[in-house]
Amino acid sequence: MTLTDLANPTKFLALTARVLPWLVGATILLFLIGLYQSATAPDDYQQGATVKIMFIHVPNAWLSMLVWAVMSAAALGTLVWRHPLADVAAKAAAPIGAAFTFLALLTGSLWGRPMWGTYWEWDARLTSVLILFLMYLGLMALWRAVEDPSRAARAAAVLTLVGAINLPIIKFSVDWWNTLHQPASVFRMGGPTLDHAFLIPLLVMALAFTLLFVTLHLAAMRNEILRRRVRSLQMMQASQKAA
Amino acid sequence: MRALGALIQRDIRIALRVGGGALIGVLFFLTVVVLMPFAVGPDLKLLARLGPAILWLGALLSSLLTLDRLFMADHEDGSLDLIAMARTPLELACAAKALAHWLASGLPLIIATPVLGLLLNLDVPATSAVAMTLLAGTPALTFTGMIGAALAVTLHRGGLLLAVLVLPLSIPVLIFGVAASEAAITGPHSFGAPFAILCALSLVSLVVGPFAAAVSLRHGLD
Repeated sequence: MTLTDLANPTKFLALTARVLPWLVGATILLFLIGLYQSATAPDDYQQGATVKIMFIHVPNAWLSMLVWAVMSAAALGTLVWRHPLADVAAKAAAPIGAAFTFLALLTGSLWGRPMWGTYWEWDARLTSVLILFLMYLGLMALWRAVEDPSRAARAAAVLTLVGAINLPIIKFSVDWWNTLHQPASVFRMGGPTLDHAFLIPLLVMALAFTLLFVTLHLAAMRNEILRRRVRSLQMMQASQKAA
Repeated sequence: MRALGALIQRDIRIALRVGGGALIGVLFFLTVVVLMPFAVGPDLKLLARLGPAILWLGALLSSLLTLDRLFMADHEDGSLDLIAMARTPLELACAAKALAHWLASGLPLIIATPVLGLLLNLDVPATSAVAMTLLAGTPALTFTGMIGAALAVTLHRGGLLLAVLVLPLSIPVLIFGVAASEAAITGPHSFGAPFAILCALSLVSLVVGPFAAAVSLRHGLD
């Protein structure tokens, strides 16, 4: 089953119809394991039990960037290879990525109040993630602004690729600037600095959230394909009535 | 080459004549700067402290407003299709249009800055610092804004969407522009570092902007 086979929407719908229940089951299972591990993880010597917000905040933040990267790959698929489902993938991913970004900002804000004393701080990391959130919203607005989905796809693809410059800025913002947000603890040269007691639940939750994204994304892609079929049928019906 | 020169001349002439972007942009800049003391209060010290930020915000909003006319007018009367079909590469044509737009709308803002600096109680070194950062930063605003303008050209009510698309990309220019101005005025931090980054942003947008705009126009026009 190559990528070119999946380019056929009917085959894609058939495949995802078989795969989706398993994905849902795997997601739920991983969440149960991850949440149990998070609940039983030890308290931090400084932060106490509040450190456990990390198990939700960090995966959401990672996913907010991963989703934009996935959309950028889909954008390349649209512009370079004219893959038929690339723009479906891009359109379906945008609201999900926006939701992850919003949750990352929200949980981070709730974590910041007890830890930093403030709900918000205009440092490089928080500001660049806020800009990412604004770009997600702008992208969603652009998708809905053009009537024809395939023309909207090309405009959105250009905007996605231009906005991809923000991803390395977010990642390295804590290194390049003096920020209140702590520097990288997992994805850094020299390996993670987190103790295993925290690292394992974090990675399990990250995997769970990633599977959640894949599940929601495939389900949203199915909906988008069906939505476009409905639109084509409506247009055919309208032109038949006119004829 | 002559074609590009002709395109630049045409755009500048149109901008200076018909409901020109040039004067309207400066007028809006003036309006924003005049509104600030009403909102913030007439305290001259506070205005001097906020001066660079107010001038930069005014320039940013003004350039955002005039971006609409970069492609819209040509799209409406069909010249954009002709430009896209011509032998000159569309990327160079976009770059030429953006250059003409900056000369007609961005440069007047910079020229107006010393006068507005007086309204904000900025002294000569401060105003010249702001003017220099505007000179380095407004090309970045125009060329990245061109991407948004190209994306929104085929939409009917594209104006507000254009602003939403372009603003996140303009925020770094604003940050470094104000940082450089503040560094030149109050000064423990260096002026050179943010100014260099500002120039880098402009240079990058000079390259990326025309390519991205050309791709958007090609896909939007067919």
